[in-house]
Amino acid sequence: MELQSLIYLFVGITFAIYIGIAIWAKAGSTKEFYVAGGGVPPVANGMATAADWMSAASFISLAGIIAFKGSDGGAYLMGWTGGYVLLAMLLAPYLRKFGKFTVPDFVGDRYYSDIARTVAVVAVIFISFTYVAGQMRGVGIVFSRFLQVDVNTGVMLGMGIVFIYSVLGGMKGITYTQVAQYVVMIFAFTVPAIFLSLQVTDTFLPQAGLFAQTAFEFNDGVRSIPEGTYLMHALDQAVNDLGFNNYTEPGSVFNMFMLTIVLMAGTAGLPHVIVRFFTVPTVKDARISAGWALVFIAIMYTTIASVAAFSRVNLIANVQNVDYKQFINGELKKADGSTNDGNWFKTWEQGGLLAWNDRNGDGKIQYANGAAFDGKPAFDGKKTAEDGHRLTTNGKGAPTEAELKANNGVANEIYVDRDIMVLANPEIANLPGWVIALMAAGGLAAALSTAAGLLLVISSSISHDLFGQVIFKDKATGKSTLTEKSELRLARGAAVVAILVAGYLGINPPGFVAQVVAFAFGLAAASFFPVIILGVFDKRMNKEGAIAGMSVGLTFTFVYIVYFVFMGGAKEDYLFGIAPTGIGTIGMIIHFVVAYFVSRATPPPPQEIQDLVENIRLPSGAGQALDH
Amino acid sequence: MNAEKAQAYWKENIRTILGLLVVWFIVSLGAGVLFINQLNAIEISGVKLGFWFAQQGSIYAFVILIFVYVYKMGKIDEKYGVSE
Repeated sequence: MELQSLIYLFVGITFAIYIGIAIWAKAGSTKEFYVAGGGVPPVANGMATAADWMSAASFISLAGIIAFKGSDGGAYLMGWTGGYVLLAMLLAPYLRKFGKFTVPDFVGDRYYSDIARTVAVVAVIFISFTYVAGQMRGVGIVFSRFLQVDVNTGVMLGMGIVFIYSVLGGMKGITYTQVAQYVVMIFAFTVPAIFLSLQVTDTFLPQAGLFAQTAFEFNDGVRSIPEGTYLMHALDQAVNDLGFNNYTEPGSVFNMFMLTIVLMAGTAGLPHVIVRFFTVPTVKDARISAGWALVFIAIMYTTIASVAAFSRVNLIANVQNVDYKQFINGELKKADGSTNDGNWFKTWEQGGLLAWNDRNGDGKIQYANGAAFDGKPAFDGKKTAEDGHRLTTNGKGAPTEAELKANNGVANEIYVDRDIMVLANPEIANLPGWVIALMAAGGLAAALSTAAGLLLVISSSISHDLFGQVIFKDKATGKSTLTEKSELRLARGAAVVAILVAGYLGINPPGFVAQVVAFAFGLAAASFFPVIILGVFDKRMNKEGAIAGMSVGLTFTFVYIVYFVFMGGAKEDYLFGIAPTGIGTIGMIIHFVVAYFVSRATPPPPQEIQDLVENIRLPSGAGQALDH
Repeated sequence: MNAEKAQAYWKENIRTILGLLVVWFIVSLGAGVLFINQLNAIEISGVKLGFWFAQQGSIYAFVILIFVYVYKMGKIDEKYGVSE
């Protein structure tokens, strides 16, 4: 079957499954809408959490980031998994015992304050929207590349699908759809990884492939690296020859330390992850569920390091010094006699994520350290050169002496967007069509599952926390005056609005989606992570301490990131040399310190709150707590 | 359950968590970040040890840590009669 029909088939089948599940799991009550009735088995919940967690960024971008950053990319791998240890031990069991629906619920009740609740709602909405914008963009990229519709149509199709299962099914629909999406996603990621591992190292398990030897000889443009060299040696040698930093050598240990902590604490403090642990029946299930979630995440994350290394080797081996015209026409052979088909190069060039600028005029592609363009390539409309490559207007001129000297005689001529590495991998490696189709379905599953989880958190924050607990609160009884039915209707309405906003952000993305992710983690680390931990582990913590801690931590982190990322603050002015991506760690420490001193200077929380904390600490009786 | 017993349960809970978090710190922020350069001097089949901890090893350790935690807490819950 032709590749395009295969892609339609795979994507079509998976979409039909998702919608089928949504109809089967339609939510009938607010409890089902917010927390799937609190009855999801721990393994299923772990799988859903993993799907929720592994976003378009994990699936599409992470291996690419590591392929180009090498050693320093480890901060993301450790941060986005190590956070689950914190979650399992410091947050999940107690929040489950607390037994309400949302994170602002906890903050508002534990700190007996609607101000604290409102601050939490605003933080939830802001963090989740920054995240969701990136997801919708991911959906758009996959659609436009694989289904050959334009990005905007792609985003709208994605919105439509998410609309059906999140508005209809709520948390219940989302959870069971995510189980299916996890299965699709993990196959889509590991199958190509196994193929790559076999191709590059003759080893079946990609995790073990990292330790294996190369299965082919390749020329990095400076020297030939023989078959049978250890993969990491081959990679270090090649990138070193081409003027890049050594792949396995770390950069700034201090900044990596700060970034790793922020990603860990941020992971444990992200509302759409935390809310997952409200959905299981008991405290014990909440603990195990975090373990299962990490197992399912680890299956993918332990492959990422290998996929990154394989793809960097493959990129160098397949594009270095190849004749452009012959390459894209599929006329080149590899050492083993198979075709080195450059069709992928052409396709991504068409999409603007790859560009070639023949600086030395030899008709061949060269890849090395340094820029081939001033910034991102600017294409000259649809114009192409005689050999078929797209013309650009900001290419750098002929290679300079210094450049050639630094890179052993090779001057860089290409621009490669990091986001294409994973999606292009199967094509670079000439894998069969069905693997590429599977990849498309997997990328969509990753983006849609995360988007749906985030949208649910946004809608429940608005309908449950803001309307139910603040605006429509009966002052005398402290209960919501909304009926169950009207709150459910409100929740669905809020989900619709959230989807429309997310879609708008996907079609008109703010130009800084990548930086915005640092924002989400920094803010979560500086707000929810400390406020929840203090709420459980420090009985003396009161509302004054919590409000002061959250406000100061959030404001500090927010201002630092805005100043250095969006207002052009100079690198030299960094506080202790900390990059904005890692500043959430300082924000978190400030939060802890401020909250401690303010709480000790003000009266202790009322007795009933202290009793509540005592109660949260003991696992027994979580079942009835939900039926308050 | 009386207050004293609840206190004792909580203390044991904290001790368990602290012990596991020390390991958590050592395998990730220790081996993969702070001491990465020192560990990189050791190489197995071409892979530097510090690099491996940062990119693969810590993740295996995290999974084990959570399941050890689940097991230990299960025992403690039973001991104090607070399991469900």
